[in-house]
Amino acid sequence: MHKNLFPLSNVITKGMTVMVFFLLITSFQLDDKTKKTFKNAESNEFCFKCHGQSKYSYNNTESGHHVFKKMYSEAIVDRDLFYESNHRQFKCTDCHPEDYDTFPHPGRLRMETKYLCIDCHGGDPKYAKFNFEKIESEFQESVHSTKHSQDFTCWMCHNPHTYKISTRSQEKIKDIVAYDNAICLNCHADITKYQLLTDKVIPNIVRKHEWLPNQALHFKNVRCIECHAMVNDSILVGHNIKPKSKAVKRCVECHSTNSLLMASLYKFKVQEGRSKAGFYNGVIMNESYVIGANRNYYLGILSLLMFGFVFAGIAIHATMRIIKRKNNG
Amino acid sequence: MAEKLYLYPKWVRLWHALNAIFILLLIITGISMQFSKPEFGFIRFDIAVSIHNIAGMLLTANYLLFLTGNFFTSNGKYYKLTLKGLFQRLTKQFIYYTIGIFRHEKPPFPVTKERKFNPLQQFTYVAAMYVLVPIVFITGWALLYPEVLFTKVLGASGLKVNDFIHVIVGFFLSFFLFVHVYFCTIGATFVSNFKSMITGYHESH
Repeated sequence: MHKNLFPLSNVITKGMTVMVFFLLITSFQLDDKTKKTFKNAESNEFCFKCHGQSKYSYNNTESGHHVFKKMYSEAIVDRDLFYESNHRQFKCTDCHPEDYDTFPHPGRLRMETKYLCIDCHGGDPKYAKFNFEKIESEFQESVHSTKHSQDFTCWMCHNPHTYKISTRSQEKIKDIVAYDNAICLNCHADITKYQLLTDKVIPNIVRKHEWLPNQALHFKNVRCIECHAMVNDSILVGHNIKPKSKAVKRCVECHSTNSLLMASLYKFKVQEGRSKAGFYNGVIMNESYVIGANRNYYLGILSLLMFGFVFAGIAIHATMRIIKRKNNG
Repeated sequence: MAEKLYLYPKWVRLWHALNAIFILLLIITGISMQFSKPEFGFIRFDIAVSIHNIAGMLLTANYLLFLTGNFFTSNGKYYKLTLKGLFQRLTKQFIYYTIGIFRHEKPPFPVTKERKFNPLQQFTYVAAMYVLVPIVFITGWALLYPEVLFTKVLGASGLKVNDFIHVIVGFFLSFFLFVHVYFCTIGATFVSNFKSMITGYHESH
C-alpha cells in the first residue's frame, strides 16, 4: 500500500512545484499603461522575463528538463525602478548587443564593453546644459578616478538601469539628500562593494565624522558631496571628489551669509539671489535652518541700531553723572 | 553711615552668579554664530555652537533652581507685580533716573526688606525672568531638536518662526544685560551693588 502511494505523492508534489513556479514566472503581466507610456516596454519584457526577478527558467534541450535557476543578483534589473529612471524609454539592446536576443546568451558577450555616459551624452547639443564633458573631466581629476583602476566608471555611482535625476527635479531637498547620499553609502557603507576596488579597511563613517556637531542632522540635511566635492560653477553637481585632507571642515563655509550651500545643494533652487531685501539665502530657509546662513537683513540692521541706542543711552547717562558729580565737588 | 540689609541669601547669589555666567556665554557665542563669516571667526563656529548648547542647557537647569527657590522661599514675593498704579510708579522711577538722580533727589522707592526692587527693576526683572528667559530656552531646545518638534508638531515652517523669536528675544536679553549692569553702578558707591551680589548685604545711600 505504502509502496504504491509514495510515487504518486511524489508526482503530485513535483507537479505542484512546477505549477507554482510556472505561476510565479508567468504571473507578471505588463499593464496597458506601461505598454503605452514606454514604447519599448513590450520588447524589453523579453529580457525582463528573466532579468526582472530573482529566478528564471528554461528548457534544457540536452536533458529535456525544464530548469529553474537563481538569477545572479548583479544581473537583476528592477522593472519598476527602470521605468522611473532616466533611461526608461530605452530598449535593452540600445546599449547591450543585439546578440542578447538569443538564449543561452553567447559566452563572448560577457566581455562586452559597456558604454559610459560620455559615449552617448558627449557632444550632444540636446544634453549641453548638463555639460557632460566637464563632468567627465572633473571625474578624471577626482580620487575616484586617480586612486582606482579603470574599473571605477560612472556606473559605480550611477546605475544606468535605475539612476534618475534628482537635483534638477522639484523634489524636496531632503529627498535629494537621501537619494544622493545613498549613492555614496552604497559602497562606503558596504564592505563587500568597497573592497571590490581597494584593499583598505572600510572607514567607519559615523566615527570619522564625530567632530561634526549635530552629526545626524547634517547627514539628513546635506549631501556628502557638499564637503567632499569641489564646487564647480559650470556644472550643477560637483564630480571632483577631493582627497579627505581637502574636505570642507570649516563650519563657516556653510554657516555664513556667503554659504557654500548656495553654490552646491541649493544651486538649482537659488532664485531669490542674495538680495538684501529680506532674508539672506531665503531658499535655504524654505526647507531647513542653517545657523549663520539664514539671516534677516532688517533684523541685523535693527539689532545694531538698538545696540547703538542702548550704548548711547548708557554713555549719555554715565557722562551726565560724572559731570554732576564733578560740579558738586 | 550706610545702612546694610541682608537681601540676597546664598541660593539667590549662587543662582545669580551662574545665571550671569551662562547668559554672558550665550550672548557672546550667539552673536558670534549670528554674524559668522569665513574670513572673520570671532569664536570658531563649532566651538561657539558647543558652548552655546551646553550653556543653554545649564541655563535651563539653573532656571529651575530660580523657580523652585522663588516658590519655596520669600524671595518670590519680590516678583509679584501689582498692576494697580503700576504705570504711575514706573513713570515716577523713570523720572527719577532721568532727572531726579542728577538733582541728588532721594530715590522715590528706597530699598527695604519688603521692597528689594524699585518698580522699574521689578517690571524688567519679571519680564526678563518670567517671559524672555523661558521663551529663549524653550525656542533654544526646539532648535536643538528640530526633527522632533518641527516635523512632528509644527511642520517645517515653524522652524523659521522659532529661529526668529529665539534671535529677537536673545537680542532683548542682551540689551537687558547691558542696562542691568550699568544700573548696578548706581548704588551707594560705584561698586556697592556688585559687592552686594557677593556678600548678600545691600548698602543703602
